[in-house]
Parts: sequence; C-alpha cells; structure tokens
Amino acid sequence: MWAEFIRRAIMQGIPLLFGSTGEIITEKSGNLNLGIPGIMYVGGIGGVIGAFLYEQNTTELNPFLAVFIPLLCSILCSLIMGLIYCFLTVSLRANQNVTGLAMTTFGVGIGNFFGGSLVKLAGSDVPSINLTATSSYFRTSLPFAEDLGWFGQIFLSHSFLAYLAIITAIVASFVLTKTRTGLNLRAVGENPATADAAGIRVEKYKYLATCIGSIIAGLGGLYYVMDYANGVWSNDGFGDRGWLAIALVIFAIWRPNLSILGSILFGGLYIVHNYIPNLDVSGQELFKMLPYVVTILFLVITSIGKKRNAQPPASLGLPYFREDR
Amino acid sequence: MQMADTGKKIKEPLFHIVRRDNIVWWKAWIIRLLAILAALVFCGIVSFLLTKENPLRIYSVMFDGAFGTKRRVWSLAQNVAMLLCVSVAVAPAFKMRFWNVGGEGQVLAGGLASAACMILFGDSLPSAVLLIVMLIASILAGAIWAVIPAIFRARWNTNETLFTLMMNYIAIQLVSFFAYKWSVPKGSGQVGIINRTSHAGWLPVIGDMEYLLNIIIVLVLTVIMYVYLKYSKQGYEIAVVGESEKTAKYIGISVRKVILRTMIISGAICGLAGLLLVAGTDHTISRETAAGRGFTAIMVTWMAKFNPFFMVLTSLLIVFLEKGATEISTAFELNESFSEIITGIIIFFIIGCEFFIQYRVVFREKEAA
Repeated sequence: MWAEFIRRAIMQGIPLLFGSTGEIITEKSGNLNLGIPGIMYVGGIGGVIGAFLYEQNTTELNPFLAVFIPLLCSILCSLIMGLIYCFLTVSLRANQNVTGLAMTTFGVGIGNFFGGSLVKLAGSDVPSINLTATSSYFRTSLPFAEDLGWFGQIFLSHSFLAYLAIITAIVASFVLTKTRTGLNLRAVGENPATADAAGIRVEKYKYLATCIGSIIAGLGGLYYVMDYANGVWSNDGFGDRGWLAIALVIFAIWRPNLSILGSILFGGLYIVHNYIPNLDVSGQELFKMLPYVVTILFLVITSIGKKRNAQPPASLGLPYFREDR
Repeated sequence: MQMADTGKKIKEPLFHIVRRDNIVWWKAWIIRLLAILAALVFCGIVSFLLTKENPLRIYSVMFDGAFGTKRRVWSLAQNVAMLLCVSVAVAPAFKMRFWNVGGEGQVLAGGLASAACMILFGDSLPSAVLLIVMLIASILAGAIWAVIPAIFRARWNTNETLFTLMMNYIAIQLVSFFAYKWSVPKGSGQVGIINRTSHAGWLPVIGDMEYLLNIIIVLVLTVIMYVYLKYSKQGYEIAVVGESEKTAKYIGISVRKVILRTMIISGAICGLAGLLLVAGTDHTISRETAAGRGFTAIMVTWMAKFNPFFMVLTSLLIVFLEKGATEISTAFELNESFSEIITGIIIFFIIGCEFFIQYRVVFREKEAA
C-alpha cells in the first residue's frame, strides 16, 4: 500500500512539478506570472485538440506521430500564451498581476470551451472526446517495472513525461545556478537596472524565460490529460492544480531541484485523505486544505527568518522601464 | 566620449518609447474607446471563425442576452452590483499597491459566517436581531481573512500576493467542509436553500423588487468609497503609501497602521459582499458563491484606475460580456466558457491600451539624403 501511495503521489505531483519549474524560470526573470493555471489548461487542451484531430483523420495511429503531434500542439499553444503575457507585460508594460489573472480567466475559458465544443466544431460524430488510444502511447512505461516489486512500482512505472519533468527540473536547476545564462537571468530578476547597465538584454531574457516557462508549465496540463486522466478531458477536471504549482514555487524556495521533492510531498498531501481510515467526506475537504496551509506556513517562516537565499527575486512583480530611471 | 572613426555607422533603433508628460483626458478616453472597439472587432472575428455566423448577428444576440427582457436587465443589474461591491472592496488595497488577490476568500468567509448564523440561529432569534448578528459576523469574518496576510506583510514584509492567494483556497475548502456538514440531504455536499419556509435571515425585499436592497447598498458604498479615497485624510495616506512607502515614512505616516487599517476595510466590505450574496441573492452557500468575482474585481478595479465611479462602467462591461457571451453559447450550442474567452480578450486590449496613454512611440526620423 505504501508503494502504491507514493506512486500515486508522484503521479499527482508531476503536473505540479512541470508547473512550478516553469513558474520558477519565469519568476527568476522578475515576472510573476499568475497566468500559469490558465497556461496549464491551454497546454492540456492543445494536446487534446492535436490528438483528437489526428485520431479522427487517420485509421491507424502511428506511435511516433500519436505522441509527437499532441506534444507539438501543446507546446505551440503554451508558447502563444507566454508570448501574449510577455507582449503585454514586457513590451506594453502592463501590470503583471492583472495580466496574469486575465490570462488565467482566458486560458481556463479556452480549455473548457474547446473541451466542451470540440466535437461539434470538428463536425465529428463521436459523443465525447475520448483519446484512450493516444493516451496509451503516452502511458507506455518500462516493460520490466512490474517485475521489480515496490522499487519498480515507485521509480520505474511512470511514463516518459514524468521522467521528462524530473529531468527538466534538474536541468533548470543546473542552468540557473551553474551557467552564465542563469546568472544573467537571476541578475535580471534581482535588479534589472543593474543588469541592463552590465549589458544584459533585459527584455530578451524576460521574453525567453517566460516563454520557456510557459511551455514547461503547459506540459503539466498535457501530462494530466494524457497520463493521469487516461486521455479523457473533463471540464474543470484540472481543478486548482495550477495555483498549487505556484504555491510549490514558494515551498521550493525558487529551486527546481527542491520542487521535485516538494511536488511529491504536495501530491501526497493532495490525495492523503483517500488513505486515512474512517474519514467522512467533510473531513476529506479539510485535508485538501493541507497543501495551502503548508505553503502559508512556509511563506511566513521564510519571510520572518529573512534568510537571504530563501527570498523571492527582489524585483518580482515589478515592471522595468529603462526610460524611467 | 571619443568616437573611433571607423566609418561604421551607429545603428539607431527603428523606434523608441517616450513617456508622455500629460495627456488630455479626452485623448485618453478616445484611446480606451478605440481599444474596446478593436477588441469587439477582434472578438467578432473569433466568434465568426467558431460559429460561421454573421458577426452583426452575434452582437445582436449578445445584446439580447444582456438587455433582451426586463428579467435579464434586472439580473444584469444585480450581477453588476455584486461585482462592483467586491471591486469597491479591493480598490483601497490596490491604491495602496497591496495586492489583495484574496477577495474570493474574503467574500466566501463573509458568506460562510452569515450562512452559519442563518442555520444556527434561524429559529431562535427574531429576524431583526438575526440580521444584525449576521452583518457583524460576516464583516468580522471578511476582515479577519484579510488582516492575517496584512499583519505579516506589515510586520515581516511577507509577499501579500502569494499569501492572499493561498487564503482563497483555505476559505474554499472550509466552505466545502461546512457544505458537507450542513448538506441537505446528508452527504450530498449541497446546502440547499437555507430557511426555505421561514425566510429567517433573508434580506428584506423592497416592494416586489428582489435584489433592489443589494443594489442600493452597493451604490451607497460606492459613493462612500469615492469620498473616502478622494477627500479623506486616510484616503490621502493610502495614496501616499501606494506611490512610495519611503515618502510615506518620511512624512510621518505609519505605513504599518495604514496597511492594517486599509486591509481591514477591504476585507470588511468583501465580507459584506458575502452577506449580500448569501442572504440577499442565493440564500445558500457553496464553493461557487463568490463565482470568481474576487479575481474579476481586480481587473475591474485596475481598468477603472481605482475610481469607484468608473468601476460602475467597467463592471457593467464585464458583466455584459459574460451575459452576452453566455447567450451566444446557448444560441449556437457552444460551451458557455465562451464568455471567459471574450472577457479575456477584451481585458487584454484594455490593459494593453494603457501603454499608449502613458507612452508615445517615436519612430526614427528619415535620414537626410
């Protein structure tokens, strides 16, 4: 049972890990993108649209294309969302919080709209979106995982997107802390004016970080639909996981490698109510509060402690205009 | 500075951006109107691509959905009032540059408090007393929900955007918890209409105009908030803290006190909005009671530049779009989330156009031959 719990916690955690890795990269450039929940919906529905159209227009699925097309569609859709956010906040200097919240309204709207109307818009005769065929390709895992007992169940039974999430987080951590690019990016997020004076192109870094962050976060939506939900899109099914991903950023004190562990912990907290005996429904609702309570405690502790390496990027949420100096 | 004469020309960018010193108010409004028009045209194109209908017909359907019948106009007015109420509540916090994205949670806390009073004291207290108890409870609940993040922000500079955001979900889960506790029938998770027969704790109906009391309360609040922000000493302090905390400290304003006081006011009005929703409109409580107004209000307030009277217009615009787009989705058998897409697009255009009000773009001059 323990192995099964941890396996399910990891499955719950992977979308959060994608989301928080994306948001950490974004926030390191000084952009507080509250549009992440919306972007994750768009990433998910992008993959669904790609897979749906491919399944409808072909008789036999090619395994490579069945994975590649949804992946590409998802990435493109999230990229467009990232570009909208950047264009508004970096080029047009709009307020980040307002833009982000509008992005979330917009993105969740897009997800639910196409989720509910895709069948009609595509003029097809199936009753609902059911992509189990595509999903089965996404869910392909190592064949020998079953034979290795609890070890296989916890570590090897996942699909390629789950491992991609962990690799992305490790790579992001490495790039942020060990490379020149990461140093420049952190400089932009801490003090854009100084970075600008040092010859770093602030706008370029903000654009790149936010767009890459959006793409990564969008993959979280794709993982949720294709792996976790077996290719069945249900409106609002993704729920508040996007906000949880933002909470995880705080919990991981802006370090992608810590958010790997954090995501599993949050995933566990998210489902722990299923594993507590004799818990009634109302008690379950209280348990679902846990990840948020933990985040607030963490936020409070880090701000009281004032440890210098546990703080948000100094210019997080603030706009930067070279002409204003 | 010494320029090496290598014959290389310094590349001048195609355009650069200059802050406008001052823009005449009507020019600013022309830019805003143009942006809304552009947004409507863009939405028309999107709707056309999705429905293949004549865009003009789409607009007439939208208009009909919002203003078509007396009932619809009334429902529109009631929705505008509620959105306006939450917007008025978050306005002072934003003017202070305190990012209270916790409106949703504060409304729910207020609504939960009044629902609790209705359920617990519905049979025991006379209705006038009950209403007063509900009023106090909901205002307190909203204020408490808002002041917790404010204390930490004022004392330890804890990031308020993230803190208030998390408080929303705690409130939502708390409501879920009580929704199961109080659910009728047991275990359904639905509270149902509270005090269906006795109407205990329901806001009184003026004449036969349901919701009229809500609308009046909100309008009075809007006027008070306008006066408070514009003419009171406290309103001035809020503006100074919003412009620069350092200036505020320098001229002897206690920033901590202003933050706490403003957030208590903000949360209290949110709590009142919760009361209006539970006791005056829905007569029930659920996770959906606030219906995202806490988030939408942020955009309403921002677009109105913290001016409560402009907020009437911006919340009307948002509610009109919601109602209109919902009508489109029913008429053309599309998913009702269509309204969220339209709302998103319009907000993108409006917040984008502020750039052209604050800055102007100067293009590179043609080079002399």
